[in-house]
Amino acid sequence: MGDQPILRINGLTKRFNDFTALHSIDLNVSEGEFLTIVGPSGSGKTTLIRLLVGIDEPSDGSIWLRDRRIDEVPANKRPTCMVFQSLALFPHRTVGQNIEFPLKLRKVPPADRRARALELLDLLRLPRDYYGKRIDQCSGGERQRVALARALAFDPEILFFDEPLSALDYRLRKTLEKELKDLHRRTGKTFIYITHSLEEAMVMSDRIAIMRAGRFEQIAPAEQIYAKPVSRFVAGFMGEVNLFDMTAGQVPGVTLSPHAQSRFAGQSGTLMIRPESLSILPPSGTADICFTAVIEAEYLLGSRMQYTLRRAGGGTVTVEVLREDAAQGGVGAEITLGCPADACHLIAEVPDAA
Amino acid sequence: MQRDRQLGLFYALPLGGFLALAFLAPILLVAAFSTMPPKVFSLAHLPDFSAYYTVLTQGYWKSVVWSLGMALAATAILFVICWPLAYGMAKVLGRFSLVLTICVVMTLFVSENIRLFGWVLTLMKGGLIEGYLRHWTGAGFDGLLYNVPVIVFGLVYVYLPFMLFPLAQGIAMVPDDTRQAAFDLGATRWQVLREVELPLAMPGILVGSLLTFVLSAGAIAESKLLGGQAVIVIADEVETAFTYGQNWPLGAALAMVLIAIVGGIAIWGIGRADLDSMMARK
Repeated sequence: MGDQPILRINGLTKRFNDFTALHSIDLNVSEGEFLTIVGPSGSGKTTLIRLLVGIDEPSDGSIWLRDRRIDEVPANKRPTCMVFQSLALFPHRTVGQNIEFPLKLRKVPPADRRARALELLDLLRLPRDYYGKRIDQCSGGERQRVALARALAFDPEILFFDEPLSALDYRLRKTLEKELKDLHRRTGKTFIYITHSLEEAMVMSDRIAIMRAGRFEQIAPAEQIYAKPVSRFVAGFMGEVNLFDMTAGQVPGVTLSPHAQSRFAGQSGTLMIRPESLSILPPSGTADICFTAVIEAEYLLGSRMQYTLRRAGGGTVTVEVLREDAAQGGVGAEITLGCPADACHLIAEVPDAA
Repeated sequence: MQRDRQLGLFYALPLGGFLALAFLAPILLVAAFSTMPPKVFSLAHLPDFSAYYTVLTQGYWKSVVWSLGMALAATAILFVICWPLAYGMAKVLGRFSLVLTICVVMTLFVSENIRLFGWVLTLMKGGLIEGYLRHWTGAGFDGLLYNVPVIVFGLVYVYLPFMLFPLAQGIAMVPDDTRQAAFDLGATRWQVLREVELPLAMPGILVGSLLTFVLSAGAIAESKLLGGQAVIVIADEVETAFTYGQNWPLGAALAMVLIAIVGGIAIWGIGRADLDSMMARK
């Protein structure tokens, strides 16, 4: 990864009549980075990518590609390119013609175009005889690859993705996520990816930017987003999470060890514990953070068990343990749960004031 | 599958019967008339192709060329005029396109002849345009009627809805994403039009062009009312042969030639248009 950012965004704002979709966004993206922007629908992520690609114009702010300001440059003059959610392949052209489209526009001789298209088919692990196939003869996953090949034929400085996997079934999506990450490594290009699935983001990205209501909530490496979210919103975005309201170093109904007490002394906020950080304690066992709860439901997740429990102090808790550590007694049983102080994370955000 | 096919055939029977009676039978009758020997008013005879010989030798081809030429010109002009308008209706105007649709359709409520007479009053010497011009400036001219361009203008005016609506339908079939993707991949406005919009809107373009071309090729009122005797179109020749000429075989032969040419073009065009995709999508 280079030191100079390839893309810089300063105070980018987009207003639609009286609705502000983006509130003065700032972002730096490094050369060769895989950045994923994650947010629920309506958070402004698609609006942002359309500004970055040049399909829409910002109301305010600037976009810089290295030393060049590009927010005034129309999309067809920008050295960036996007894979659309719908893929937007040309149905009246063959696979080969689709891939060659950007080269044809640049007046590359037909023989060179064809050679490049075949190279890209190889790169994306599509058989070479797909060159002459019609788009409607390709499966969903193959179309993905054709759309990617077409974007790569353009040879963009930055490749944008607008949720291109969202329409595919789960297994194909998982395969393509890994392929995409692999492709990123092999091409060394800068990828900026948009999705509403944090799990998808976790698999692929170097860094993740969480978006909420037109602003970035947190921009950090995947590991940090998962372990040290800055807000309840980010914490709740991926999978199950247990949030406890902490006031002046105490959580009602939870016993803290001296170690935990000194660590959280006097602090207020939201204590986050991931379901897999909790373990079921033997009757006499203790931990830094300890509480009792009654099992309400249990789910078998293959190698792991998941429990939904009702805590003595009120509220539900989710726990995930290995199958061999399964709780004794099943639904209705009262068990003690514990976790080390280092496995939890205190979110500074004060619990919902309302 | 086999049963579905049989059922489909069964359901198509009533309409098939109606079409055979109301559409095919008259054409066959005209075909029979066209092979009737001259001056014998009877269908019971051996086929006689002298009427076709007359068509080929008596200079009727000029009328055919005029009709087809003017139809072609009208179709081309209509395509150029209607593309931006249809584009607006399909992509830009939103609710306002309904107003536009109503305005265009309303003109169809008034008979074609009456509307053309309106243009005659507007364009003739001493009419709306020339009359006022002379009144204000003192310099008059001969009026704008009785020439070929005014006939083409009449065709363009009368057949505009037949180009506009299929074209709007065709343009609506071009996904916004596809257009934007082409643009994003470096295409200019013209390249997007040529590489994406025109090919993807082709079913609409073909349907619109065929409708206007076929209707214009058989048009008669425009050349009669606006064109006077500037040129004689093929439909005029057919009418004359059947009425003043009392030469039914000749009129029928002329009609058959026109049907063959226009029908051939239409079948060729429809064969190229993917009508199924047009009906299924949007």
